[in-house]
Amino acid sequence: MTHAVGLHARPSVKLTKLAKTFGCTVELAISSEGPWIDAKSIVKVMGTKAPKDTVLFFRASGDDEDAALTALVALVERDFDEGSEEAANA
Amino acid sequence: MPEPAPCSVQGRPAAPGLAQGPLVLLEETVAVSGPAAGPDEEAERLTRAIGAAVEDLTALMAGLDAESAGIVEFQIAMLEDEALSAPALAGIAEGQGAARAWQAVLDDQIADYTGADDEYFRARASDLTDLRDRVLRNLGGRGATAAAVAGAILTGTDVTPTRFLEMDWSDGGGVALRKGSPTSHVAMLARARGVPMVVGIGDIDLSAHREALLDGERGALILSPDAEERRRFAEQQAAFDAERRSTEPFRDKPGLTRDGQRIAVLINVADPVELEGLDPALCDGIGLVRTELLFHSDDGLPDEERQYATYRRILEWAGERPVTIRTLDAGGDKPIAGLTAEGESNPFLGLRGLRLSLARPEVFRVQLRALARAACHGRLKVMLPMVTRPEELDAARRLYQEAVEELRAEGADCAAAPLGIMVEVPAVAITPERFAGADFFSIGSNDLTQYVTAAGRDIAAVAELGDTSNPAVLKLIRSCVEGAGALGIEVSLCGDAGGEPALIPELLACGLRSLSVVPAALGRAKAAIAEVDLAGRADDVSEARHGQA
Repeated sequence: MTHAVGLHARPSVKLTKLAKTFGCTVELAISSEGPWIDAKSIVKVMGTKAPKDTVLFFRASGDDEDAALTALVALVERDFDEGSEEAANA
Repeated sequence: MPEPAPCSVQGRPAAPGLAQGPLVLLEETVAVSGPAAGPDEEAERLTRAIGAAVEDLTALMAGLDAESAGIVEFQIAMLEDEALSAPALAGIAEGQGAARAWQAVLDDQIADYTGADDEYFRARASDLTDLRDRVLRNLGGRGATAAAVAGAILTGTDVTPTRFLEMDWSDGGGVALRKGSPTSHVAMLARARGVPMVVGIGDIDLSAHREALLDGERGALILSPDAEERRRFAEQQAAFDAERRSTEPFRDKPGLTRDGQRIAVLINVADPVELEGLDPALCDGIGLVRTELLFHSDDGLPDEERQYATYRRILEWAGERPVTIRTLDAGGDKPIAGLTAEGESNPFLGLRGLRLSLARPEVFRVQLRALARAACHGRLKVMLPMVTRPEELDAARRLYQEAVEELRAEGADCAAAPLGIMVEVPAVAITPERFAGADFFSIGSNDLTQYVTAAGRDIAAVAELGDTSNPAVLKLIRSCVEGAGALGIEVSLCGDAGGEPALIPELLACGLRSLSVVPAALGRAKAAIAEVDLAGRADDVSEARHGQA
């Protein structure tokens, strides 16, 4: 994740909104060993307080798990569809 | 609406002074402290309050630019997240009220963000505070009245110290509480700031009244006063102001008796905020810093850094003047959640003061370390409350020395300040010679009086009996001053009696030469001292060494 200030308010809103569009459970962690948290809960996603350059790990389980992982990874790779200078103010 | 008939309510005086102004009802903050209805109904109330907050925010978002709307959208997403509502609902199921349950969950979150390393995430604490208060307002809890009450007479069930401190008292005003106690922290703050306060006005209907007169001297609240009452009150107020004006010039001068004997007049401080705007030159130091307020924060017990910063700030204010900081005096009428014993049948005779500190050495140790570090920043003296036997003083001294050695081993700057005791338990006052191990004595007249007269400070019905001018109390004070003199230990007095003009001649006659009073009483106390002629009194204990330092 290369976003200017890390996983902050606006990216968290986008991430949790996207996660909620899938029926499967989606979890996120900032370390491959976890702890894993519900990627559909903005309170918990914000609570990771992940700064810039954190590597985000996702895991999903359910019917549409592959689609969910692909979409979430793409969102992070697109830098949450934000220019970083604009994002710094959110 | 017709003007309601005037009526007068009698309560108990908690802070002197007179105030006249519009009556403002503090929201009855009990809504935040206890459930108003059963768990199902409270859960429903919370869900509705959150829903209403989401609606308000959605409406707000409509008129905003994209960036501001993004912030509001974030708040809405947080509000709609079950990660906030589920633990609050669980709290309700356990019997908490909706407001308290919500507040507890949000306060945890706020504390979590406040402690974040990253500044961006720290700043999110304000979003959560916003959300907490928005929902609390919808629950009918604390609202936005704090800002708009300058000069008003506030009424309510009780008021928290932080709420009191948030108010603007510069235009006068006063406080009249249904419950409350003259010994509460709020009452101490009110006396220190010169805000008149009456407690225990009871469960009367105030809703029809718009104006009131408050008499903090006699403990009376006059509702919807008529012209005659206003006139009488104005006269009283003029007399009170005249007295204040006549004692005011004494404030800037040292305490001197008529025959020129120097009396040290120090101040009592319950909250460092009281020192703001106060000139240290008005006093001879701080005779008592209460540390209980530090322990009443929402974030739990204060850590060493926070205590150290607070003590240091007070010592730096005082400069060259001595500062006596009392170790935690919790218990009695000052419970602290998670620390003091619950369900004691007689808390004033229970596990309080030093007794509690010795029973909880892990908490005491943090305070002693913070004090030892602060000692480098001024003339600190450390005082132990509720000492009953010399062994307790010895135990506290050992712990204090351990804290100093530990800090030295860690390479931290620290110093061992003098360690003295409060004299408030009659067992000490009767046999002061057994406490030669103390570096100083400070007579706590409030507790000494209640223990000698067996009249609880918190029980209105026996308030009249709890009188420091009782000859038995004065005899003990004298014996204590004489005992200290024989031991070569300095002695002072830091109870409310020190600021009472009527008692000051008696206290000086007992041999005391050092009094510590609330900041608002400095002028009054020095004016009363100036009236006393000690040269003419044969019963003076002039050989005692006195606590000027």
